[in-house]
Amino acid sequence: MKTKLLDIRDLFIQLPAGADRQYAVQKVDLELTQGETLCVVGESGSGKSLTARAVMGLLPAPHVQVSNGAINFNGEDVTKASYDRLRDIRGSEISMIFQEPMTALNPVMSIGAQIDEIFRYHVDMPSAERWQKAITLLEDVNLPDPAHIMNAYPHELSGGQRQRAMIAMALALKPKILIADEPTTALDVTTQAQILKLIRDMQKANDTGVLFITHDFGVVADIADRVAVMQHGLVVESGSVEKVLNNPTHPYTQALIDAVPSLSPRKARSRSKVQVLSATDVCKTFGGGRGLFGFGVASREVKAVKNVTLDLHKGETLGIVGESGSGKSTLARCIIRLMDTDSGDISIEGTQINKLSRAEMRLWRNKIQMVFQDPFASLNPRIKVGDIIAQGPVTQGTSKIEADKRARELISIVGLDERSFERYPHEFSGGQRQRIGIARSLALKPEILIADEPVSALDVSIQAQILDLLEEIRDQMNLSMIFITHDLRVAAQVCDRLAVMRYGEVVETGATADIFANPQHDYTRDLLAAVPGKDWKSSAKPKKVAPKKKAPASTTKPKKKLATKRS
Amino acid sequence: MTRSSKIFKYVGKRLLQGIPIILAIVVINFFLLNLAEGDAVDVLAGEAGSATPEYMAQLRAKFGLDQPLPVQLMVYLKNVATLDLGYSFRHDMPVSDLIFDRFAATGLLMTSTIILAVGFGVLLGLLAAMRLNTWKDTVITVFALITYATPLFWVGLMMIVVFSLKLGWFPTSGMENVAAFYEGWDRVKDIAVHLVLPTITLSLFYLALYTRMMRASMLEQYGQDYVITARAKGLTERRITFVHVLRNALLPVVTMAGVQVGALIGGSVIVESVFAWPGLGMLAFESLFARDLNLLLGIFMLSSILVIAVNLVVDIIYCFLDPRIEVS
Amino acid sequence: MQEFWGRYKRNRSAVFGLVVIILVVLMAGFADLLYAFDPFRLAGKPLSSPGTNGFLLGSDSLGRDVAAGIVHGAKTSLLIGLVATMVAVFIGVLFGAFSGYYGGRLDDLLMRVTEIFQTIPSFIFAILLVAIMKPSIASIVIAIAVVSWPSVARLVRGEFLALKNREFVQACHTLGMNDLRIMMREILPNCLSPIIVVGSLMVATAILIESGLAFLGLGDPNIMSWGFQIGAGRTMLRSAWWVCTFPGIAILITVLAINLVGEGLNDALNPRLRERN
Repeated sequence: MKTKLLDIRDLFIQLPAGADRQYAVQKVDLELTQGETLCVVGESGSGKSLTARAVMGLLPAPHVQVSNGAINFNGEDVTKASYDRLRDIRGSEISMIFQEPMTALNPVMSIGAQIDEIFRYHVDMPSAERWQKAITLLEDVNLPDPAHIMNAYPHELSGGQRQRAMIAMALALKPKILIADEPTTALDVTTQAQILKLIRDMQKANDTGVLFITHDFGVVADIADRVAVMQHGLVVESGSVEKVLNNPTHPYTQALIDAVPSLSPRKARSRSKVQVLSATDVCKTFGGGRGLFGFGVASREVKAVKNVTLDLHKGETLGIVGESGSGKSTLARCIIRLMDTDSGDISIEGTQINKLSRAEMRLWRNKIQMVFQDPFASLNPRIKVGDIIAQGPVTQGTSKIEADKRARELISIVGLDERSFERYPHEFSGGQRQRIGIARSLALKPEILIADEPVSALDVSIQAQILDLLEEIRDQMNLSMIFITHDLRVAAQVCDRLAVMRYGEVVETGATADIFANPQHDYTRDLLAAVPGKDWKSSAKPKKVAPKKKAPASTTKPKKKLATKRS
Repeated sequence: MTRSSKIFKYVGKRLLQGIPIILAIVVINFFLLNLAEGDAVDVLAGEAGSATPEYMAQLRAKFGLDQPLPVQLMVYLKNVATLDLGYSFRHDMPVSDLIFDRFAATGLLMTSTIILAVGFGVLLGLLAAMRLNTWKDTVITVFALITYATPLFWVGLMMIVVFSLKLGWFPTSGMENVAAFYEGWDRVKDIAVHLVLPTITLSLFYLALYTRMMRASMLEQYGQDYVITARAKGLTERRITFVHVLRNALLPVVTMAGVQVGALIGGSVIVESVFAWPGLGMLAFESLFARDLNLLLGIFMLSSILVIAVNLVVDIIYCFLDPRIEVS
Repeated sequence: MQEFWGRYKRNRSAVFGLVVIILVVLMAGFADLLYAFDPFRLAGKPLSSPGTNGFLLGSDSLGRDVAAGIVHGAKTSLLIGLVATMVAVFIGVLFGAFSGYYGGRLDDLLMRVTEIFQTIPSFIFAILLVAIMKPSIASIVIAIAVVSWPSVARLVRGEFLALKNREFVQACHTLGMNDLRIMMREILPNCLSPIIVVGSLMVATAILIESGLAFLGLGDPNIMSWGFQIGAGRTMLRSAWWVCTFPGIAILITVLAINLVGEGLNDALNPRLRERN
């Protein structure tokens, strides 16, 4: 009979006055048994992180605190524990790992010193023995050359390595519970797969209970035994993973699961013969310059894009897929002339645009436009939305009146309230800002649209809306699109053809359906194998033809509230 | 390449880079000073009461002041390269000797100021951050705020009024009691007593600055993610503050300390003038009005070298403190 | 605007600072009303202690009214502080903007220049400049501006460097906007906050430099200033401590108030646009 490790009953966490809502978390009941993995899923603002922090007593007091309920760990109510007792528990009986391994580790202390600390503060052990144990831990998490890593600093390790080091630290004293707060969100998908496997292995070895916070249902499908879904601070549904994922009862859960794109690629549409854009042998290298007066060390050369060749036909969506460092963003910026290529050829309708002067390129701007990734950084906070959208046409010579009229049309096309014209970006949510960004890119009536990870920064339910919007617009305006993403599910849903990039090179191109069915290159195979939850939802549910989705009716947030949600 | 040999290379490179800057400064100052009306001989003659034009022409020829400007500059630069800083008209001594004499006094003042300002500043800032929003914090913050706003010369004068004139604890001016002819430890004590008020005066402003910086830096570090990780590991608050946060918080303060050295030298002009401290600052001020070009240029060059040297030391210290910085 | 004022009001010390500044400005503005005579003039019995012989704050060895000097001196300090700062900010923004935006050789040049300025002790440089140009309000303003602009330039350069790679600026490039327009209309409005804060704190520094120069005898000899009062009062320290003390307090209060206002501005201007946490 497995012991019940964690029993959270009727938990209320209150927020300070002036916040969005009174309680971050209400009436939450959760249980965790030895050896099992409980996934807490939700979008941003659901309260899942705060719940996890509360278990460790790590809420940012005094503003945010537990106001009611109990968190029972092995029979003891942690919310009533003394500070010293909490310190005892932390690290040795309950451990936590965090999302951003770079900032979660002290940048000026070596990894070895940071691991050593845990031993020093919880057990009595001579230093030589502690050092040995630390090295063993690093071996257990499959870090190469552990002795060297002990003396290394966080910035010398890669993201995946840092996360492994954090896991080593967390499991050093073989805690009963491991709390993982979105530990793989900031990692590449292949690295993510490795870290998830590592956590599973360590769990099996030590019979640890794992409380795993995530927003990604694919991850849930892969690792969870039980699931709890949270929305606005409430647990709306919980149960075994089979039940919740395959037969969700609560409408919110259903909506979330529907919004996750399935991994089976869309049916290929017939490909037009007309080629609108072609890139041939494009190269771009960074760095390599010498320092001051030739005194400095030459900065490292990075070949961001190496001999990339691809083409885009009219009306199709070409996906460029790759992990960080693959060069996909650099390539996009070269195509749209935000950067200059070092060599190679980029042509639109036969004209080589990468060699045009700045003034000449200006005339081509209305052919090709871009939608950016970060909804918070892609709009000038000091300019009204209407003016942002009208900027393009005005720069190209259209009269302000004409441009404004066009802006109003576009605001309505992207599903925003017409009063948005007068408002400022900070009054809108992430998804709404992305709509504004799309409207801006359409203002010059382009034929080619480059979308650089347009939905990566959005919650999954909003993601679905934006993808639908892009699809609609593409069909209505007969655009050709280049869609950059690292998420294969999104690529499957949106792209007709794919180009897979790695370390600056295109390793495979072809129709999406072909690539998914028959990946030729090893890397493509690895990529497909690493997608979390690939066995779940592998068949596309018939897409409900939804009426044109309008953004939530009120586009203004009342001035008093803090901006905490991302939807 | 080992770290220490990397550091040697770095030091060499920085010193080399410093040379064009010093040269540029010397050239700029040379031309600026010559823009001023009249020259050293005019001033000398003026002080002597009168002088015939022939005598003045003779003096000018002797000091090379009748040459065209660019020639004078070339001669000067050539001399500098051989470490001959010229001759001071007014004091009738080689400039290098004069500077050397006075350097010790200023050096003493600046060293004790830096130790006081940085040392206490860091401590007070640390205390204020640890006892955030308590009365200790408020007192320290208010103290820093007020001190930061007070003019240097006024503080000096007020110190003299209170501690010298009214309370008689410290002497009003000078570096030592020359008439007493102290030797050995007695002399050291005598100088130390004279050093107290000038040091406190000069350091107050910078003390306030470092206190505020340290406090802000500590607060910023307390909000970082690695502090949450450290708590999650079950470490004591004491260890978190002194081992984790402090080390990170010190970094920007160290950088700032280097930047402030130039300002400190400027402040020494005022403090030395208020307390009649026989150092370079006072010398610079006097030589300005005496149009003693050589002396002034010599002092400028020295202070520039000092600033570059101190910045270099600070950078190296920083490299040791922050492993993220590549010594390259 | 309303929002900004609301946030500013919450900081009590900032409001206090603002009130004090307004009072000082009023005092300076009505100087001729309050003390209609020339502050350099003999006004009564020399070396009167505060409160005696009709002297609110005492008189010096030449019989000059200390209070009159303070009131008239306020004009000098505020004027010089403000004008010098505006000049320094203007030059600094110009240099910093172009250097940060374009980078390359221009930027290298700017960095060299600011390094030179950083190496020469700025106060000594100011003394040098004023002595060469002969002390006057104009030369003091120029001297202060010359030693102050590099820090503004560095700040603006940093802001431009950071902002020029922001996505909304990149978007402007994709729309075909030209550089000048991007710099003026897109980037500059977004770095106004730090510039305003630095500028207000710079007024305080300017006043401190100006009074330091006047103390050393390098002030405009025709204009009454606080530093001059303190400098002239040095010889009377033993017998008439009030001649040095009160003008110093005036400087202290004014500079403190400006610092409080500057920090209040910083707190009020910053939270708004940092949306992501």
